Amino acid sequence: MNVALVMFIGFILVTLGITGWAARRTKTASEFYSAGRSITGFQNGWAVAGDYMSAASFLGIAGLIAFYGYDGFMYSVGWLVAYLTVLLLVAEPLRNTGRFTMADVLAMRFRQPTVRTVAAISTLTVSLFYMIAQMVGAGSIVSLLIPQIGFTTAIVMVGLLMLVYVIFGGMLATTWVQIVKAVLLMSGTILLSILVMAKFGFSFTEFFGAVAKVTGKYCEVGTLKDGACPGGAAPITRDFTQPGLYYHGRWGALSLMSLGVALIFGTAGLPHILVRFYTVKDSKAARTSVVWAMILIGSFYIMTTFLGFGAATLVGKQNIGVMKDGVLVPNQNLAAPLLAEKLGGEVFLSFVAAIAFATILAVVAGLTIASSSAFAHDIWFSVVKRGQKHDEREQVRVARIAATGIGILSIILAISLRTLNVAFLVGLAFAVAASANVPAILLTLYWRRFTTQGMVTGMVVGLLASVILIVLSPAVMGIDAPAAATRHLIQAQPLFPLDNPAIVSAPLGFLAAIVGSLMSGKQQDPELYSELNVRASTGLGAV
Amino acid sequence: MPDPTPPPNASPPAPPPDVAWSVVEREPQFRELVAAKRRFIVPATVFFIVYYFALPVLVGYYPEMMDRSVFRNVNLAYLFALSQFFMAWAVMWLYVRRARHFDALEHTVVQRHAGRAS
Repeated sequence: MNVALVMFIGFILVTLGITGWAARRTKTASEFYSAGRSITGFQNGWAVAGDYMSAASFLGIAGLIAFYGYDGFMYSVGWLVAYLTVLLLVAEPLRNTGRFTMADVLAMRFRQPTVRTVAAISTLTVSLFYMIAQMVGAGSIVSLLIPQIGFTTAIVMVGLLMLVYVIFGGMLATTWVQIVKAVLLMSGTILLSILVMAKFGFSFTEFFGAVAKVTGKYCEVGTLKDGACPGGAAPITRDFTQPGLYYHGRWGALSLMSLGVALIFGTAGLPHILVRFYTVKDSKAARTSVVWAMILIGSFYIMTTFLGFGAATLVGKQNIGVMKDGVLVPNQNLAAPLLAEKLGGEVFLSFVAAIAFATILAVVAGLTIASSSAFAHDIWFSVVKRGQKHDEREQVRVARIAATGIGILSIILAISLRTLNVAFLVGLAFAVAASANVPAILLTLYWRRFTTQGMVTGMVVGLLASVILIVLSPAVMGIDAPAAATRHLIQAQPLFPLDNPAIVSAPLGFLAAIVGSLMSGKQQDPELYSELNVRASTGLGAV
Repeated sequence: MPDPTPPPNASPPAPPPDVAWSVVEREPQFRELVAAKRRFIVPATVFFIVYYFALPVLVGYYPEMMDRSVFRNVNLAYLFALSQFFMAWAVMWLYVRRARHFDALEHTVVQRHAGRAS
């Protein structure tokens, strides 16, 4: 019997046990949405780290570094520095003023149902895109590593399991699944890094010496084909310690900066990360969570260099992929698993595969709970039911139904988008978060003259700008060679040159929010900002 | 699915506390808290954003300069990227240390109003 399968089943049994335990403690709305605020800062730090270190980080970053060297590491850097935005500007005031969702903070100043609706739509957009990307990843990874499980089966399995965690165990189960997964992921990464460095006698000079011998080629203009550039220009060769293999040419530097904007500001607007701060008892515990999360996330992303460069030197990028009809089809996601196989044989490969599976499952559960609370708490009870009195049973029931709906929708979307390059979905999630959510959150907290009209304008413009620019970008538009599988949704030259739109769409979101506020005729009651300001800074009246 | 019955002691959502927020906002203790936070957070934020964006700018526009070797095969580009991690941890550590002071200031404001706000 497949070792990986045994490990998968082991993980599933443990998490189901957690869910059973959590289900007995999940009855009220506060327990369902925020684990009854019973999580400690240290535990929540692990859970935040777990929510953040998705399959995209573990498998994706290792793959990017293994294929493009230094440039892949740029993601790792941005993903940690982003937490300074969360720590300095968002986590504590958010915890002081909100109850269950991102929209709570906005609704404290702007009591109109419009604000909740727009914020909930933005939350659902970000979470759904993120979720589909994770699930498509789950499908391809699980079916590759455990051939007995097909693509569709893998997605349905992931979908059903995450629904069990969320519906029965609520936030408490989701948090503990996240913590278990984060511990597994950290141990797997540490072990792999040690094994890699052991191959180089624990000498960094030797390690980097080997990395500098790995090279890649690119063209200043156009794409490399059969070792030649369009127009007969000579390809440029760089080794893996040098920048430029991924980001180069006319738009390279700008793309790199745009990615930076999306990562640095987008993280503070990811709903599934923000709701984590409601699971602890106060803003000081929220601060402790960010500190632990930063220690874990930073150590993890530094180790991605060992995984990525390790795969590049020990496995070789020409060997990373799957054999199909006697030809190796490159697959970046397999860099870390194949490195594990090289270093520790089948058992270690299975362990890494099980970690990848656990990672996806836990992140998807976190996303589901964030979006179901946005739907139940913001749209259903505050807008449809106009905030009228309702009992706790109904509140929890609606959230569970919402989770089921969102889960089924994401399963269906993930299965139908299976052949597409879904990396743009994660890019989109970060770009929408940076362009729509972050201007709204920051201006609500720190700008006295912000108005309802400004917020709605900013969110709508930020959302539309990021979605439209992504559709026009090389992530969606592009011409695929006829023989290759269709990777682009639109077969045409891209109209917008950057992979990630944040460098344009985030300033647009901010600008629209500011202009919208300055143009609104009706000024806000000044007492509302005073209340938010006092509560955000002191925690007076925090729930 | 377990039957979601609310426990008998489930508290209803807290009623809006009876606090004159704009009055608190003008109190010297509160203003001191906000000013103290601002004195740390604004420069720290400007610093980390400038330090971070220096990386894509330098790597993107001056790849040759960043490729200069510092120590055998380890180049400036890698060391600068690695330094970002330590920069983030350093700012975090400074903030946490400073936040003890904020907590003390916050405590004095909360003490004055706690009776009315909770």
